[in-house]
Amino acid sequence: MPSASLISLSQLPVGASATLRDFPKAGTAFLRLREMGLLAGTTLTLVRTAPMGDPIEIKVRGYHLTLRKSEADHLLVEPAR
Amino acid sequence: MALPAHISATAAGASSRQPVYALVGNPNCGKSTLFNALTGLKQKVGNYPGVTVEKKIGTAYSQHGQPITVIDLPGTYSLAARSPDEAVTRDVLLGRRSDTAQPDRILCIVDATNLERNLYLVHQILDLGRPVILVLNMMDLAARAGLEINVDQLEKLLGIPVISCEAIHQRGLIELKLAMSRADLPLARHAWTVPAAIAPAVSEIAAALVEGDRKSPLVARAEALLLLTDQDSVRVAGSTPLSPRTTEILRAWQSRWTQEGTDWAGTLVSSRYDAIGALAAEVVQLRTEVGPSASDKIDAIATHALWGWVVLGVVMTLLFFSIFTLAETPMNWIDGHVAALSDTIKSAMSPGDLRDLITDGAIGGVGGVLVFLPQILILFFFIGLLESTGYMARAAFIMDRLMSRVGLNGRSFIPLLGSYACAIPGIMATRTIEQPKDRLVTILVAPFMSCSARLPVYLLLIAAFVPTSEVPVGTKVALMLLMYALGTFGAFGFAWIFKKTLLRSAAPLMIMELPPYRLPKLRDVALQIAERAGIFVKRAGTVILGLSIVLWFLATYPKSPEGTPQQQALAHSFAGQAGQVIEPVIAPLGFDWRIGIGLINSFAAREVFNSAMSVIFAVETSDDEAADQGHLRDALQAAVRPDGSKLFTPLVCLNLMVFYVFSMQCLSTIAVVKRETNSWRWPLFQLGYMSGFAWGLCLVVYQVGRALGY
Repeated sequence: MPSASLISLSQLPVGASATLRDFPKAGTAFLRLREMGLLAGTTLTLVRTAPMGDPIEIKVRGYHLTLRKSEADHLLVEPAR
Repeated sequence: MALPAHISATAAGASSRQPVYALVGNPNCGKSTLFNALTGLKQKVGNYPGVTVEKKIGTAYSQHGQPITVIDLPGTYSLAARSPDEAVTRDVLLGRRSDTAQPDRILCIVDATNLERNLYLVHQILDLGRPVILVLNMMDLAARAGLEINVDQLEKLLGIPVISCEAIHQRGLIELKLAMSRADLPLARHAWTVPAAIAPAVSEIAAALVEGDRKSPLVARAEALLLLTDQDSVRVAGSTPLSPRTTEILRAWQSRWTQEGTDWAGTLVSSRYDAIGALAAEVVQLRTEVGPSASDKIDAIATHALWGWVVLGVVMTLLFFSIFTLAETPMNWIDGHVAALSDTIKSAMSPGDLRDLITDGAIGGVGGVLVFLPQILILFFFIGLLESTGYMARAAFIMDRLMSRVGLNGRSFIPLLGSYACAIPGIMATRTIEQPKDRLVTILVAPFMSCSARLPVYLLLIAAFVPTSEVPVGTKVALMLLMYALGTFGAFGFAWIFKKTLLRSAAPLMIMELPPYRLPKLRDVALQIAERAGIFVKRAGTVILGLSIVLWFLATYPKSPEGTPQQQALAHSFAGQAGQVIEPVIAPLGFDWRIGIGLINSFAAREVFNSAMSVIFAVETSDDEAADQGHLRDALQAAVRPDGSKLFTPLVCLNLMVFYVFSMQCLSTIAVVKRETNSWRWPLFQLGYMSGFAWGLCLVVYQVGRALGY
């Protein structure tokens, strides 16, 4: 997989879909994100950002989830073409 | 490592008693609605000992009228606990708590519209080796979203009873109760293969748990799996610690994997989702692609960059408008009835100390707090409504950025906002904040928000500030706004300080589900109000009753000879003496002993300051409140110090208001903080730091003001 096509989730434009490719292994936050269904290969859509730009809202596995950009920065996604 | 399928598992303890069920599920899956539908009003609510997590136990009745105990465990997405609430759920299910026996059977409720993520918890629960009944809730909404779920197929694949249900419409309850009252339930056909890389560790840890921690083999395996994913695990009081040997083995495996670069937690989570994906592929079908849901359409406005603020503003305005207008009638009603009751007793009993104790002490004091009950109930109602519709999560989403500036997260917003009406419901609403430190910070600063009991005090002092004619109305409004602003800045300032120092912790996360909007079930909201109001009346009521009697005693004894004017009698009493004792402390703030009496009396409720002032300055009271208020204002303006100078100078009035903004003078709040933090340490700390800060700030204001010639 060409790593050049990977961007962080925070860089994904609003309304765009992407496939999650990689993120940090350690840390409670990332473990919880995985337990909530964000795994390598999962597709997600960036629904919107909060009125002040942070946090962001994504749609994954049919439900809506918020997370801060500080976490989204570490989630690497491959935008859908 | 597949578990034996279809073992006939009779509940532990067998025929002599009914099995105890634990009810578990994700947040927002309708768990409380199901619990209320099953148990009705037969609920007992308390705390788990040593930790402020709500313990709810109810009794359901089978179709044959047999009682069945149901424990409602806090909602969670996973058994790898991240908050004290989730830790309690995990510990009860694993039989780690000494105060709660491990439940015999488990009732697992899932949101059918969102099966995959919900099944993650179910997957962990099935490991436990207890009989499980799976409840598919919100089947109607799933159908509306175009999802078709093959319940029979799911039941066949899992090998456990699967009940489809719409808890909110009471549909599926009979089937559920029939399943619950079955004498035996099958164990799950839970053929999940632990990834090969991790399997040896699971076996070794499980063996250690059986040997060293005396766990049954099935539970041991489940706990071993959990220990591997439960990073930075939350431990709470009342939970049995692991044996040193088990801990050692666990550590050894973890450090070995870390060196090898094995992502063991991730592998476990992924393999669970792989199994779930395979299961879902067989039972869930997307029949029709539906467009944006009603929820999506609402959110397009409710969380819009501009309209989101407007909606939030309207909701909040509505909230405060209701609190201050709708509460007025019941407040007057309570006031009237308290007075009438007092009068009845006065005319029925012969004059004497006992009569005064009952009427002026007990009834007067409790009535003074009870009068806030309508406002508190309305606030509880709104908070319940915001929670059950799903808007609470949106408010947190919108406000998160602002709250993050002081190190908190969006979930602290509603509790702090509610505190403008009364800190008690605000503090009780902090239970939705996951991280204990963030919750504690929110509790510690919530009473800075100017509550409605401060309002009458501000109004009186602004009126006394200078005669009406000389000051434009604008100045008065500005003064009032200044007080609210001071409290707000105080709250955020101290939150920032606490998060930097005493309660330092990692930046809070904002990993939060935005559940679909749902029409609230009024019965659930009503039950919640009744529950919270009950706690308030019980906690605050007992403290206030006791304290009112003490305050009455202090203001009455030692007695002055018959015919002494009330004013002098009060000066002569213990309360008057106490005012004089604290005078050296408050004199540098410009307050004399008479104001001191007011400050002491305010602990019952801050607005009691006004009635204390009317007694001290011997204002005749009548039925006409507006006139009374005017007389009191005039009396304050006429009050002089022994040297003949004016007591309530503008500077003193201002300083007194500043004091009321910052100092902690509410015993009801102290009682509730004690309950919510589970110790006397935090309420006493709060009393100390808030009142200390108020004193220090007022000292500066008064001394600087004096130096400037005011």
